Amino acid sequence: MSVLVVLEQRQGVWSRMSFETLAAAIEIGRELGQQVSAAVAGGQVAALAAEAAAYKIEKVYAVEHPLLAVYTADAYTAAFEQLIRRMNPELVLLPHTYRVRDFAPKLATRFGRVLASDAIGHRVEGGGLVLVRQLFQGKLNADVRFAAAAPNFASIQAGAYRADSLERGAAGVETVTPDLAAGAIRTRPGEPFREAQRGVDLSAANIIVSVGRGIKEKDNIPVVERLAQALGGELAASRPICDNGWLPMERQVGSSGQTVAPKLYVAVGISGAIQHLVGMKGSKVIVAINKDANAPIFEIADYGIVGDLFEVVPALVEEIQKAKG
Amino acid sequence: MKIIVGLKQVPARDSQLRTDAAGRSIEEADLAFEINEPDAYALEAALQLREEHGGEVVVLTVGPARAAQSIREALAKGADRAIHIEEENLGRWDTLGIAGLMARAIESEKPDLILTGLQSDDLGYGQTGVVMAELLGLPHATIIMRVEKLDGAIRVKRELEEGWFEHVEIPLPALLTIQSGITKLRYATLMGIKKAKTKEIRRLTAAELGVAPALVIEISRVYVPQKTKQTEILGGSVRQAAALLVERLRFGARVL
Repeated sequence: MSVLVVLEQRQGVWSRMSFETLAAAIEIGRELGQQVSAAVAGGQVAALAAEAAAYKIEKVYAVEHPLLAVYTADAYTAAFEQLIRRMNPELVLLPHTYRVRDFAPKLATRFGRVLASDAIGHRVEGGGLVLVRQLFQGKLNADVRFAAAAPNFASIQAGAYRADSLERGAAGVETVTPDLAAGAIRTRPGEPFREAQRGVDLSAANIIVSVGRGIKEKDNIPVVERLAQALGGELAASRPICDNGWLPMERQVGSSGQTVAPKLYVAVGISGAIQHLVGMKGSKVIVAINKDANAPIFEIADYGIVGDLFEVVPALVEEIQKAKG
Repeated sequence: MKIIVGLKQVPARDSQLRTDAAGRSIEEADLAFEINEPDAYALEAALQLREEHGGEVVVLTVGPARAAQSIREALAKGADRAIHIEEENLGRWDTLGIAGLMARAIESEKPDLILTGLQSDDLGYGQTGVVMAELLGLPHATIIMRVEKLDGAIRVKRELEEGWFEHVEIPLPALLTIQSGITKLRYATLMGIKKAKTKEIRRLTAAELGVAPALVIEISRVYVPQKTKQTEILGGSVRQAAALLVERLRFGARVL
């Protein structure tokens, strides 16, 4: 039995989450006493497979087919289904990317299984694997166990495992050509595109003040804007603010926006849904201002003020101005 | 177009949650519930498609009796009728089971399009829609921002990571999971609320659908996450807290 980790690449570039998931697979494999193999799919992935083979794992499957050059759920599901039926791994581990969210539930369903999606950690208890997932947007955690025989499926949240201490090794590479038919692929994707040029590079900012749902309406945005000005920082926002058009999309931080790691990140009225946290949790110092003491943002904050932002933020602006003289 | 909207009732967004006595779920007694936000956007997308192209919008829910309140809200907003698979104990079911119930309930409906939110705000597995598509043998696409009807097909705008998008063409019938925030949600009008009272809600049970509960994945414990970081909560009056924070940022963290 073994652990199979599915690595993700787009146009020959690794998804950064691939190696975090590999790190998770190696840890789990060691604790369960199972070997770890990896698979990468695409049109031509020999070079990437060779890169993956330089880590301490058993084997890398280069799953190649012209119909895998462009992602479709139908082709990817069929290709991985064939590989998994052949290998019969105990566990299939995937990075919880948008692409995995698109095809992995379908893949697990082919085996009558449920993907334990977006796991943030694991432990081995009584020889069995327990995965930790977040519920209610991070307010609670849940321990999840597989109740069915192999193969089981799980996906790993961005940033949950560290890829920087992966041991080097020399794995074998096997090229696999799945049996795919163009007629069985029902969706027709076009070229990926971006909406607009990004005018603001938030990743270069030293200080970011970010605003969320707690601001209630567009007319209140200046309350937080004044804090950004007082700190000499950039103004950013969580997704709902940009969806409402209260701030431009280019100021959005999170999985669908920019990833930032400033010296100081001040989250105002942001509860801290994981989609936001993945975009900013690398910040050096995090301050959270929120009326809900149980908001997940306080889990990752260095300093917190529990209170009404409409009272706290103006007071903070005054204190900063006083301090700066 | 006949459109089915999968809709889940979840605890209201700002709920204070407590785990229940068994530690496997949450205490529901004093909670308020609402339509799962991404599902509300799926409903809105369906209503807009019907306004443009005609047809019918059917709401589909699995949940206890309390979920009827969310169904009535959806009907008041403009859905034509509803199917409520009544199940008091959702803990007996996993995603595969729930999607199986939903798929079975709509087999005879022959919809052109099935929409759901991209994930639930409670369990957040983010896959009921995709699993339902697979069980029904339908093509699907996830994290959809816009739907355009073509002849016998649709063209959707799908969100990718880091600000990228793609268009995808999908033949009908198909299933889509809809992203939150893609448009403005409508409110129910007084007339809508009045009309909703006469709209059909078909009630079904798992037994009637011939589906038995089973778990291939189970939640063994629900708990408040342990802090991984030492957070200093600055107390006192608002003024004191603000002054203390500035002091910490200047002399402690040295970021000011």
